[in-house]
Amino acid sequence: MSFLVDSVIMFTSQVLFFGFGWLFFMRQLFKDYEVRQYVVQVVFSVTFAFSCTMFELIIFEILGALSSSSRYFHWKLNLYVILLVLIFVVPFYIGYFVVSNIRLLHRQRLLFSCMVWFTFMYFFWKLGDPFPILSPKHGILSIEQLISRVGVIGVTLMALLSGFGAVNCPYTYMSYFLRNVTESDILALERRLLQTMDMIVSKKKRIAMTRRQIYQRGEDQNKQTGFWGMIKSVTSPQTGSENLSLIQQEVDALEELSRQLFLETVDLQATKERIEYSKTFQGKYFNFLGYFFSIYCVWKIFMATINIVFDRVGKTDPVTRGIEITVNYLGIQFDVSECSENDNKTKFSVSIFQFFLLPVPNFLTTYLIKFSCFLLKGKILVSTHIFILVGIIIVTSIRGLLITLTKFFYAISSSKSSNVIVLVLAQIMGMYFVSSVLLMRMSMPLEYRSIVTEVLGELQFNFYHRWFDVIFLVSALSSILFLYLAHKQAPEKHMAL
Amino acid sequence: MASLDRVKVLVLGDSGVGKSSLVHLLCQNQVLGNPSWTVGCSVDVRIHDYKEGTPEEKTYYIELWDVGGSVGSASSIKSTRAVFYNSVNGIILVHDLTNKKSSQNLYRWSLEALNRDSSPTGVIVSNGDYDREQFAENPVPLLLIGTKFDQIPENKRNEVLTRTAFLSEDFNAEEINLDCTNPRYLAAGTSNAVKLSRFFDKVIEKRYFTRDPSQMTAFTDRKRFNFKSLHYD
Repeated sequence: MSFLVDSVIMFTSQVLFFGFGWLFFMRQLFKDYEVRQYVVQVVFSVTFAFSCTMFELIIFEILGALSSSSRYFHWKLNLYVILLVLIFVVPFYIGYFVVSNIRLLHRQRLLFSCMVWFTFMYFFWKLGDPFPILSPKHGILSIEQLISRVGVIGVTLMALLSGFGAVNCPYTYMSYFLRNVTESDILALERRLLQTMDMIVSKKKRIAMTRRQIYQRGEDQNKQTGFWGMIKSVTSPQTGSENLSLIQQEVDALEELSRQLFLETVDLQATKERIEYSKTFQGKYFNFLGYFFSIYCVWKIFMATINIVFDRVGKTDPVTRGIEITVNYLGIQFDVSECSENDNKTKFSVSIFQFFLLPVPNFLTTYLIKFSCFLLKGKILVSTHIFILVGIIIVTSIRGLLITLTKFFYAISSSKSSNVIVLVLAQIMGMYFVSSVLLMRMSMPLEYRSIVTEVLGELQFNFYHRWFDVIFLVSALSSILFLYLAHKQAPEKHMAL
Repeated sequence: MASLDRVKVLVLGDSGVGKSSLVHLLCQNQVLGNPSWTVGCSVDVRIHDYKEGTPEEKTYYIELWDVGGSVGSASSIKSTRAVFYNSVNGIILVHDLTNKKSSQNLYRWSLEALNRDSSPTGVIVSNGDYDREQFAENPVPLLLIGTKFDQIPENKRNEVLTRTAFLSEDFNAEEINLDCTNPRYLAAGTSNAVKLSRFFDKVIEKRYFTRDPSQMTAFTDRKRFNFKSLHYD
């Protein structure tokens, strides 16, 4: 009986998530496009719904809601479905829509998309070889094989995103990096842009006029029929067309220049707006946060290096230790023995948010929660508060991911490629969430680990953490390099004006 | 040779509706082989005979300024784009017949261009909402062009055409529906070509020929427009 009730609850929540994903797709992602293929919308919403259900199951796990057998069943079901979607459905549709866009292959769409899918599966399988992710006692089509590969891809993505985010965040927030842009700079650049456009226009006028004259001359010449007419048309000089190609080259060069000037002007305008924003109260607040966050990010890079060099896995964050010490210093007494259950839950909640901290820099909230976790130890907060907080964290990070995806989508999509890009984003989102669960498992206290281990099988979780550290380091260092180069280049261009 | 008079016409519309193909077709009489994204603004020139076939025939340069981007762009892009909206004599609004959203965005496009044009002192004349009166009194002639006509299935044609008829009524403008990859739609003698020619004639007339003392300069034009719209605030 309870199984039925639990299933109804799970199903309702899944329908809710599905509806939310549908709305998000319609209102945000496809704001400027018309949905012609509803398949895309359905696939996206399904991926979103099952990813959110996974988090819901974790929360139920902590809360102890629903009966454990139905929880186990739903875990398994959810996992199977999401793997099915991520490995079979979404890649197939991506291939299908890519192939549909190419005119040549339009006729045999299905055939080619199947071929694309098989290529994908081949590479996907090969992915498992260089990594020590499995113990050899599992069969070919077992769930561990699939999850391990999905996990590798997802963890790589997450590490890349968090590495870049960790570096980009202080760079964006802090006004130290803002170049000095005055109104006159922008006006001067705009004037140059308009001058270039005028030059292009006058050259194009010459081309148009010359063409018209050739055309009219050609018509006159056509009127001259007969032998002499033909001789005349051959011997009269055709200087018009030679001039044309020369002018056309000049026009092409000028157009390239106008594009660059336009982009530079946009850049300067954006910088000016940022300068104005930094003078407001909100701007100053973010600037302040930026300094904090840059310290944290440097520390994170340092820790990742230490972890790799000294081969450590999953130890406590030093900031958490710092807060522990502070709380002890402030003399908040707590009885360790009584709070062992709460302690585990606290550790779990702390680790969840610590983990979600990485790509989404809403770290003020996270420090707040860290502090409240320790207040929980002192029985100042009730345990239900913690789950609300954890829920907020999960929701904020999902929202953060969706916002990042939306920005990315607006930046690179066009009316032709919108379907493909949305599906790619759905794939990334699904893989991101699955690997979140994988990484979270490491931070979980023992009693919660069991269910995840049971469900996910015996994967080498240490590997994933190590891999995350490596990719994070690589991504953060290359973002630093990249931003440094971009920053260096800009003032030079600015000086040359 | 370069001493012909000129008028400036903006070509506005969402990303991917076919503005670059359209401009190429209008100016080069050829189909654009490899359309790619327009960064910033691309200009092309068409030579037009005003009042063709009459004794007052005169040749003009029509500059078609194809401004790229979307309505929801960042404000830095919008303020940079605004540089191109100076002293505009006519606007061609382009929308994709297979995409309803692009038609809806045309209201915002026209407001963006017209507001910039008609407020030299920086006063925003409308609060961003569409106001039909504004378009009825508009000194800048508009033309509505719907693209990708060939991609609409037969059974949906009527529905689409009714929708665009409403749109052209709202803007108080003529409408042309065509396919930018087929020059046949604008061949000489078709009703489309006639409408286009009439539009260009109207633009030239507004710029060069409708000068009574009260509207001596374009600036005074704008001032009148300014005053009229402030009235509705």
